[in-house]
Amino acid sequence: MAETAGILKVDRVAAVYAGAIAALHGVDLTVAPGEIVALLGSNGAGKSTLLKAVSNLLPAERGAVTEGRILFEGQDVATLAPAALARRGLVTVLEGRHCFRSLTVEENLLTGALGRSSTRAETKADLERVYALFPRLAEKRRTTSGLISGGEQQMTAIGRGLMSRPRLFVLDEPSMGLAPLVVREIFLTLKRLNREDGLSILVAEQNSAVALDYADRAVVVENGVSKLSGPAAELRQRADIKDFYLGGETTSIRNTDPAPKEEAFA
Amino acid sequence: MEWYDFLFFIEVLVGGLLSGVMYSLVAIGFVLIYKTSGVLNFAQGAMLLFAALTFVSLVERGIPFALALAITLLIMVALGFAIERTVLRPLVNRSPMTLFMATLGLSYIIEGAAQLLWGTQVHGLDLGIDDTPFEVYGVFISKFDLVAAGLAAAMVGGLSAFFHWTRIGLAFRAVADDQFAALAVGLRLNRIWGTVWTAAGFVALVAGLLWGARLGVQFSLSLVVLKALPVLVLGGFDSILGAIVGGLIVGAGEKLAEVYLGPFVGGGIEGWFAYALALAFLLVRPGGLFGKKLVERV
Repeated sequence: MAETAGILKVDRVAAVYAGAIAALHGVDLTVAPGEIVALLGSNGAGKSTLLKAVSNLLPAERGAVTEGRILFEGQDVATLAPAALARRGLVTVLEGRHCFRSLTVEENLLTGALGRSSTRAETKADLERVYALFPRLAEKRRTTSGLISGGEQQMTAIGRGLMSRPRLFVLDEPSMGLAPLVVREIFLTLKRLNREDGLSILVAEQNSAVALDYADRAVVVENGVSKLSGPAAELRQRADIKDFYLGGETTSIRNTDPAPKEEAFA
Repeated sequence: MEWYDFLFFIEVLVGGLLSGVMYSLVAIGFVLIYKTSGVLNFAQGAMLLFAALTFVSLVERGIPFALALAITLLIMVALGFAIERTVLRPLVNRSPMTLFMATLGLSYIIEGAAQLLWGTQVHGLDLGIDDTPFEVYGVFISKFDLVAAGLAAAMVGGLSAFFHWTRIGLAFRAVADDQFAALAVGLRLNRIWGTVWTAAGFVALVAGLLWGARLGVQFSLSLVVLKALPVLVLGGFDSILGAIVGGLIVGAGEKLAEVYLGPFVGGGIEGWFAYALALAFLLVRPGGLFGKKLVERV
């Protein structure tokens, strides 16, 4: 059922950069309405490329989908500009947050409303909702976003996405470089949005332990090919798979090491 | 220093500052486009010539001042969107050098088109502002320069308000910060760039009229871009405030240098002083006085 009624359907997609460098060679993936799907894989497996293909941002980085197709609510995303996709509810939070650094937190959030051409009343309501979800942003609303902590920047980027009223929220490594507690707060918020508003979420993560805790299903990508997919609860049990596909040791080092450093400067 | 010498110094300084404002007017057009799209638009001078030539030709054909201004503005809007559509959009994601070369070519096309359309003769342009000096506390100031400075100040005030208090202004600043993120957020970059070129066209019109009234509307008007470059090096390519301050420094610097250093080297300093200053500045502060510093926590 989920295979046919997906809000997002990625069908045997291959993609290249600069016309020659192959990044994906056959990825299948479906997101059913109201589902959280984790896209797992080690560094360079092709997670980011796939997410950029989904939001049709590849052409902006001189990449292109060469085979297969990606359907968002039945519509081929290659035929829609990123702005049109955002308007239809496919909203992306980029890897590394990409806040507008010289804009304040609130101005960053407002750009999300611009993308959607929200009315004043809608913008005001959405802004209040984001501040309710992330109270820390309300305190920093007048602060330049380049000067807030990494976690707050990630919250700003997510809040900015929410201002566009997503139906499918696509996030690329929201845990990157953040302390475990902040990562938890962010994933709890995503889970809450999913539960309360039925928001469908596709999240790419190197931090498989966290992602599997909150996702309904997961797809593992290795060398540009989707190797494995199944219910998150099932994948959580199989430590062997984690070690094999996600580079075992590296993930655990990554989970514990960089985060405290970030906190020390916070 | 004698009182009379002091007055003379002030007069040179004020004259220099006011003529510097004229450079700033040209530089602001560059900044608008560079800030939002990373393109150094060499065609800004050609746009300035095109605007002034169109306006003056319309007026000479008996069209009233205000109407001619409105028509010229409309043509500049059309030109802005046409450039975005035909030149910039196909070249998106290319290297800055490619884009610069494209605007260099564009500047010749616009100059050519302007002269094809309106002819090559020199036109006088009378904006109805006296260029006679008047006296303030013993210092002679040109009324025309004052009006130009006032117009520049109003324009900068207007642009700043536009950038900070309007939705499209917010979109401009977002695009200037991070193009890729702006695309992902769903901002329509093509529309924003079209609007920016229009704004630059408007600035070119104002600058073209003032420069045209001063020098006469002619081909060499497009060469004022060359004076805008040292202003941009000094002030920073992405700062409107920088364009103003840079213009003031260049204007005051070259007049003072001409008067006080000129006699020692046989004069003619005014022509190259700005470039020497810019060159020296590049060694010390390559980002310019107000160039964007990366806002980042370490």
